[in-house]
Amino acid sequence: MRNWVFWAVLVAVGLVFVVVSRLTIANDYFYFAGYVVLEYVVLATAWNILGGYTGYTNFGTGAFFAAGAYSSVVLFKLPPLLLATFNWTIPAMPLPVMIAVGGVVSGLIGLGTGYLTLRLRGVFFAIATLALSIVLQTLIVNWAFVGGSRGVFVIRPALAPLGGGYIQYLFSLMTLLAVIAVGIARSIERSRLGLGFHAIRDDELAAEAAGVPTLRLKLISTTISGALMGMAGAPLPYFVTYLTPTASFDLAYAVNSVAMPVIGGMTSWIGPVIGAILLGTLQQLGTVGFFLDLKLDPTFNLLIVGLLLIGFVIIAPNGIVGLVQSWLRRGEA
Amino acid sequence: MVQLDLLINAIVAGILLGGFYAAVSVGVTIAFGMLDIANIAAPAFILLGSYVAYIVNFYFGIDPILTGIVAMPLFFLLGMAAYRLYYFAFERRGEQAIQGLAFFFGLLFVGEVSLVLIFGVDYRFVTAAYIGPSFHIGIVEVPLRMLVPCVFSLIMVGLVQLYLSRSFIGRAILAVSQDPGALQLMAASPTRIKQIAFGISIATCSVAGSFLIIIQEVEPSIGRDYIGRIFAICVLGGMTSMPGMLIAAVLLGVVENITSTFYGPSWSPAVAFGLLLVTLAVRPSGLLGRQ
Repeated sequence: MRNWVFWAVLVAVGLVFVVVSRLTIANDYFYFAGYVVLEYVVLATAWNILGGYTGYTNFGTGAFFAAGAYSSVVLFKLPPLLLATFNWTIPAMPLPVMIAVGGVVSGLIGLGTGYLTLRLRGVFFAIATLALSIVLQTLIVNWAFVGGSRGVFVIRPALAPLGGGYIQYLFSLMTLLAVIAVGIARSIERSRLGLGFHAIRDDELAAEAAGVPTLRLKLISTTISGALMGMAGAPLPYFVTYLTPTASFDLAYAVNSVAMPVIGGMTSWIGPVIGAILLGTLQQLGTVGFFLDLKLDPTFNLLIVGLLLIGFVIIAPNGIVGLVQSWLRRGEA
Repeated sequence: MVQLDLLINAIVAGILLGGFYAAVSVGVTIAFGMLDIANIAAPAFILLGSYVAYIVNFYFGIDPILTGIVAMPLFFLLGMAAYRLYYFAFERRGEQAIQGLAFFFGLLFVGEVSLVLIFGVDYRFVTAAYIGPSFHIGIVEVPLRMLVPCVFSLIMVGLVQLYLSRSFIGRAILAVSQDPGALQLMAASPTRIKQIAFGISIATCSVAGSFLIIIQEVEPSIGRDYIGRIFAICVLGGMTSMPGMLIAAVLLGVVENITSTFYGPSWSPAVAFGLLLVTLAVRPSGLLGRQ
């Protein structure tokens, strides 16, 4: 499929999905659950741009995600502060602007971490990202302006754009973000950039020797990946309305965004999407007691995600997509 | 002017803390530095050690350090089993990098969540005669709950260093870290040596875990705070050298303690990471490493 055709189809699918669900489903819970699943589609796709395409593991999804969320908190608190201290009046910022800013902030964090660690072996980047969440959380806990460790209340605007309730608006925005993330992932996959990423993943030394600018490509990869994670996090304060550091830096984000691409399959854009929809939906259903009327503890859900991650990584390293591909190939032979 | 007595106390407490950090990091120095296995699940094994010490102390009132030492063979077997799994799933296929990391990350997470499901998120602690009292040397206060783990930690690090440099298998482990191919030519199996070494690395987690629950109250998620510390110490210490690791551990302990004394304890988790980033950016070979 040509790239612009893919984009057109993707946008159409997103549009139809939003319009149809808003016309037919009135239950607010659907939009809450759908928002979370779509959020994971963005996070898993973003993770896979660095992890799957370039071959560098990022364990700090929570950090990038929370950086996006807290940049929204800053933007939310800025107008009242400016009014009180300097008597400047600036209008409250619309959510799409906050999403863009969140993307820039997290993209810069990705660039900085990458610049400091990616010149060494990939393991150091992974370890640095793991510790990055701890440090960012320390900074947020000590920053009273954004609520510190007590957390912060964010008030939703009274009127939601696009009609309907505010949760429907957030749901539509997250669908748009998912469309953008998947579109970017697939465009990268088919471009010169993607070829460079794949060369680094397969053999970085050989790629470097063949003239691939590895450091620059790795930095592009971390920046794009981080920016998308920040964009996914930016609407979070409006989704939960009460944001705490522990909730926004939750290790569940990191685990899920690693597990989803690994379980779905890391080699193409469809893998993380499958993984996110599957695992995300199962976790939502498990929490509300869909299976055997058994209300599963969210912690227990996460245990299953962790075990699935270990199981897939050992038995089926290419995920569901890989399993299907080898099954199809066996059919041909 | 900085208050001198505060500063001296912070330095002494930092040195004691650093001794304990050495015990926590010795396992990863063996696994990551020598075997090239990035065992980011080490904190989960350390916490397991803490909870074993907690259970035995709670039900039988037995000293946590004694429990930690007695449980070492079990942890050794656990480590050997973990390495076997890792070897068959990743090393043999030559796919250590991303899948191996994801494997250990999964292990870390599953360990933490299992502890949450079994013990809940309450803080647990142990009781022993040396927890609580402290003695004074002039203006310096030395809490026994810091001193005892520090002393035992130094003994453990010393024994590990002695084992690595004197015993046959210990020297084989060092040889594996330098050139596994050459070891094969000497008719020794690198896999078997690495399995023993990884077993030792996990066995130290048992004792380190018992130190941890003496020094502070433990709940399942505190393991994460130690990832940054452990790897910062390991990298700063030059990856393979035990003396380097010891110096790095004491350095981190002192800097962390000074930070929390003068700027508040809520800042101290960031110190290790800052140190790690600076080391990686400025001197990736560590303090005593070769350039």
